[in-house]
Amino acid sequence: MGIPNHWRTQHQRYRLVGEICQHCGAKLFPPRDVCPECSQPAYEPFTFSGRGQVYSHSTVLHAPRGYEEFVPYTVALVKLEEGPLVTAQLTDVDAGEAYIGMPVEMVTRKQREDGEEGAIIYGYKFRPVLQ
Amino acid sequence: MRPTREVGIIGYGAYVPRYRLPATEVDRVWTDGYSGTPIKEKAVPGPDEDTATMSIEAARNALKRAGIDPVRIRAVWVGSESPPYAVKPAATIVAEAIGAVPETQAADWEFACKAGTEAMQAAIGMVGSGMMDYALAIGADTAQGRPGDALEYTAGAGSAAYLLGPKEESLAYFEASYSYVTDTPDFFRRPYQHYPQHGSRFTGEPAYFKHLLAAAQGLLNELGYTAKDFAAAVFHQPNVAFPQRAAKELGFSREQIQTGLLVSEIGNTYAASSLLGLTAILDQAKPGDRVLLVSYGSGAGSDAFSLIVTDRVVERQNKAPHTRDYIARRKEIDYALYVRYRKKLHMH
Repeated sequence: MGIPNHWRTQHQRYRLVGEICQHCGAKLFPPRDVCPECSQPAYEPFTFSGRGQVYSHSTVLHAPRGYEEFVPYTVALVKLEEGPLVTAQLTDVDAGEAYIGMPVEMVTRKQREDGEEGAIIYGYKFRPVLQ
Repeated sequence: MRPTREVGIIGYGAYVPRYRLPATEVDRVWTDGYSGTPIKEKAVPGPDEDTATMSIEAARNALKRAGIDPVRIRAVWVGSESPPYAVKPAATIVAEAIGAVPETQAADWEFACKAGTEAMQAAIGMVGSGMMDYALAIGADTAQGRPGDALEYTAGAGSAAYLLGPKEESLAYFEASYSYVTDTPDFFRRPYQHYPQHGSRFTGEPAYFKHLLAAAQGLLNELGYTAKDFAAAVFHQPNVAFPQRAAKELGFSREQIQTGLLVSEIGNTYAASSLLGLTAILDQAKPGDRVLLVSYGSGAGSDAFSLIVTDRVVERQNKAPHTRDYIARRKEIDYALYVRYRKKLHMH
């Protein structure tokens, strides 16, 4: 992804801004402008609380390009308390520490760097709930 | 110094990363265990953390305590000597992440370890003049010491954020502040250099003690107070010995500085150092407490502030994690992992 794509999605990546459907009340993440529940337009922004639970998880040992420095790391499907299922890295967690049902919260972290000279890409990750 | 309109802290927030490097590890690798250790251990940022991400979490904690809509913030200022970009403000990333954009100022401040209190002074001026109601001042650093250098034992990481606003809404308000600055070559880093240099003979007496004591004493004289008038005090803490000696010279007891003295557990967090000491004090403060905050930044200068804690502190203390919650969240690493996390390993 290039700089324009990162810039376009920074609201959702920095602070979990999705959408709420004005017709059926479903909360959408990522934002997609059409409600998957009732197929009606859904443009109203909605900021998620960032709290959720690990639905499933896996450890990455062979990372795609740009993510090598974080290996080994845990990716998870996180069930947000408002409903949507989000794929994200877990952070501040040791290998083997994650479990299904683990309460987690969103933090904004560095996702990767576009080389030594390029942009730094920030976005959401989840960590075990601090408090 | 006092603004026209009285100003206070509406919300405050701390952040300390999870990893800890014991000073004995630096000692083991570089002096085979023959050197003394100035602190117990220091906080080390994880590989996905930097000054921007740490500032974001501290700012979110400050907002939880303040309970205001972030779109009402008119300035987001990050004081740091370790911003993620040489050109491009960390403050815009923070402002975007907390939802303070677009009707706001944003900038990074630079003054070694007092960049955060410099931002705080400016925020007092902005809110105090009536130009804005809310301004966010942050001190954050992921400090680096050259491998094997004395600074490597202590150069830590952390951040503290203060949302300033009118006194009437504050959990603690500023009585007055005082600044003291001279051109002193005690510590510096040239552009494109990874690690700083220190002018060793300038470090203690002509730098830290001269400026910090002058700023503290200047403020006490202007207000007509002595150490006995304060419930607690926090001084910039590059190690354990310096703030302890400064406290003694100003007449403060060990008990008065104990709550805010965190350096042995998290290291010198540079621009966050004295400001994190203050978050730890506010976590436990009682209404009516008077608190002294004195920063020090190489180059060199100090800002001193006298604060009075209000009744609102009680309901806001538990709205976000305490400083001690972050300090207790601790994962010890060895020197090898530290070298990897801090990108000190070059592959050829």
